[in-house]
Amino acid sequence: MKKLKFDPLNIVICGIGGQGNVLASEVVGSAMTDRGYRVAIGETYGASQRGGSVMSHVRVSEDQELSVLIPSGEAHMIIGFEPLETLRMTRKYAGPNTTIVYDPRPVYPLGVLQGIQQYPDQEALMAEIESLSAAAYPVPAADIAMEVGDSRAANIALLGAFTQLPDAPLSREDLEKILTQRFKGAVLELNQKAFTKGCAAVNKKEA
Amino acid sequence: MTANAPGQVCLMQGNEAIVRGALEAGINFAASYPGSPSSQVLGMLGKVAKERNFYAEWSTNETCAMEACIGASLANARALCIVKQNGLLFAADAIHCGAQHGVKGGMVIVTSDDPSAHSSTNEFDSRYQAMSANIPMLEPTSMQETKDMVPYAFELSERTHQMVIIRLTTRVCHGRGNVVLGALPEKPHQMKQVGEWDRMVCVSYLRSAMLQKMDMLRQEFENCPYNHYVGPDHPKELVVAGGTGRLYGQEAIRRLDVGDRVGLLSLGTIWPLPEKTILRHLEGVEKVLTLEEVDPVLERNLQAIAGSHQMKIVFSGREDGALPKIGELDPDNVAQAISLLTGAKLPEKKIASQEPLIERELTFCAGCPHRATFHILKKVLRQEKHPGAVIGDIGCYIMSGQAAGQYAFQACNCMGSGINLAEALGQLTHYGLDQKVVTVCGDSTFFHTILPGLVNATYHNANMLLMVLDNSATAMTGFQPHPATGITAMGDQVPAMDIQKIVEGIGCKAEIADPFDVKETEKTIRRLLNTPGMNVLIMRQPCATLMTKKKKRPVRVYVDQNVCLGDGCGCDKYCSRVWGCPGNTWDFKNNKAYIDPVTCVGCGVCAKLCPSGAIKVEGGEEA
Repeated sequence: MKKLKFDPLNIVICGIGGQGNVLASEVVGSAMTDRGYRVAIGETYGASQRGGSVMSHVRVSEDQELSVLIPSGEAHMIIGFEPLETLRMTRKYAGPNTTIVYDPRPVYPLGVLQGIQQYPDQEALMAEIESLSAAAYPVPAADIAMEVGDSRAANIALLGAFTQLPDAPLSREDLEKILTQRFKGAVLELNQKAFTKGCAAVNKKEA
Repeated sequence: MTANAPGQVCLMQGNEAIVRGALEAGINFAASYPGSPSSQVLGMLGKVAKERNFYAEWSTNETCAMEACIGASLANARALCIVKQNGLLFAADAIHCGAQHGVKGGMVIVTSDDPSAHSSTNEFDSRYQAMSANIPMLEPTSMQETKDMVPYAFELSERTHQMVIIRLTTRVCHGRGNVVLGALPEKPHQMKQVGEWDRMVCVSYLRSAMLQKMDMLRQEFENCPYNHYVGPDHPKELVVAGGTGRLYGQEAIRRLDVGDRVGLLSLGTIWPLPEKTILRHLEGVEKVLTLEEVDPVLERNLQAIAGSHQMKIVFSGREDGALPKIGELDPDNVAQAISLLTGAKLPEKKIASQEPLIERELTFCAGCPHRATFHILKKVLRQEKHPGAVIGDIGCYIMSGQAAGQYAFQACNCMGSGINLAEALGQLTHYGLDQKVVTVCGDSTFFHTILPGLVNATYHNANMLLMVLDNSATAMTGFQPHPATGITAMGDQVPAMDIQKIVEGIGCKAEIADPFDVKETEKTIRRLLNTPGMNVLIMRQPCATLMTKKKKRPVRVYVDQNVCLGDGCGCDKYCSRVWGCPGNTWDFKNNKAYIDPVTCVGCGVCAKLCPSGAIKVEGGEEA
């Protein structure tokens, strides 16, 4: 069992209902359990339906029994499927050590489309995420997923990007192995493509 | 889930831990009606029931489920009933009678409370039901305990001949943690033939036997392995925790670095409380903080115990505002309360911008037939002489009370209540109330509790319209089967019940309309609103999520931006602003309508509503 840089290691995964939040947290959590760590996950789901804000907390420790929720300001990594939701969670959970990987593609709340709410300015929003974290990596996960054939693979693309972060507890190879265990046939192929492109999206930025 | 691998460590969701615990207990019978946060339990049980040789059903409602479990117990079967807090209230008569006559085979009820009402209309505390009915209640503090408590509860139930309730909360049901698996029995629990003189009858004189059982349990719980204490021998400050409170408390004590002076007593036996154990820990304590979900039930009981022994202790928790009166516990409010108790402080955090961020209101999915239904209904009602009275009910369509459904209804009570509230208004139209009366229910709700109300309203000829929003699914909780779906929890194909025939069978008119056929359905609703007596309209169109699960997107719907007049059209952005489907977005660069291909499922209703005909449906037939 590799020593964790932070113990407990706290990861927030956020987005809106239907974006594959729960699956992403479960994949990360199972992988860490298999490595012998203690894992706790808390899922907050949008009232069982779609369209609301959702998030999962993934917590990993070598020996501590943890509650399923992360105290505010204590996240080490944030994976965001939507920029507004990423900012919401960054404000609450980010601290000086937090690294963030997120899809900057907005999904407008109904109120914005109906003209009763205003979506924050995209650039200001991204700048605030950047300023509240140690490092923030925007990755066009939904675009990548659509390129490879299905928007539903966006979560896997973002997980690919996640493995490329400096403090990622799981390597690209670790997650690739899990994908082959979880999926079969055409779905596996699609997810593998999305995953590879997701990995490359962060490499490109760093290079 | 069915691996017989004792000692293996798994990452398990609380709901899964209940399933595993049930398998390790060798249950014979399981019944439930879906209710979040514990909806998934019976679905998972149903999938493995044949392999493990037990029976599992999605009952028509919670009372059916609860009473069926009581029936199974008569044959010495081990029976598990899974409900949410409202379901437990719905089956309250059954459990109160059941507690009085007791059980033979072990009977365990899993109830899931929903602090913060993440997927409920309320945050009722089910502990009152255990107290009121005199039923022992356990509450786990981790996923491991969640699994382990199920076999323990069955054994306890059989030893005391009393049903046992396990109380879960959302963070347990929808949390995950490490669980060490136990062994699976070779065969399910041994059943017995019901003997001629076997009895489980609710009669008043059994009350004293029931109370004796509680005394016995109170003794037994003094040595229960699920009550823990960590901390110094004689603390001045004590934290008493139930459920999720233990781990939040433990972590907060560590972060505040007060573990050498604060004690943490956590109680897995919620009712009856182990008074001697509690008294032992209260001895010499000056201040007590209670961590518990929903109401200050434990706090008040601790106060009563301390009071009856003339102890001078200052209590804090939900009651005095040390913790919020509403909403769930979390690491932050618990740390703050322990900080208040001890005077220890957490290091200050840099505060992020306080500028509010817009909230994301829940809405119907893209392509949801309910959006079309309420769009048409509101349109028709607005054209009436007076605005109608619309009564809601419990299901996805409860969102019609918000922007998603154009703020459609004026009242919504509990599940199945809509028909009865509307019946009253429908009767009052005979006494001078000049208004159209409409109520809605889903197909699963129709079977759950609408039927008796429909019989009542039909028999008494109320002037009203019941719209059954038949989307062929118990959509809100995750597509569980119900009597009109033709499938059971164990995967057997059975004849599906026909809602129209049922309605006609009780002598009521029932028509069918398609919410996606906007023009025709508008006419039908208008006609039925002006037809005296009890009317039923079945709005039939499958749930959009169910459709996307079944097939690839059948059609592509897009905006021809050469035709769209943008905000110069005069339609007031009808597609995105009024229709309000998440698929209909706006291209702020070109100032034209736009359909988000990620979100759109291709129902094509917006194409029928666009006054310029700018929305095109391509490939195959529109829905």
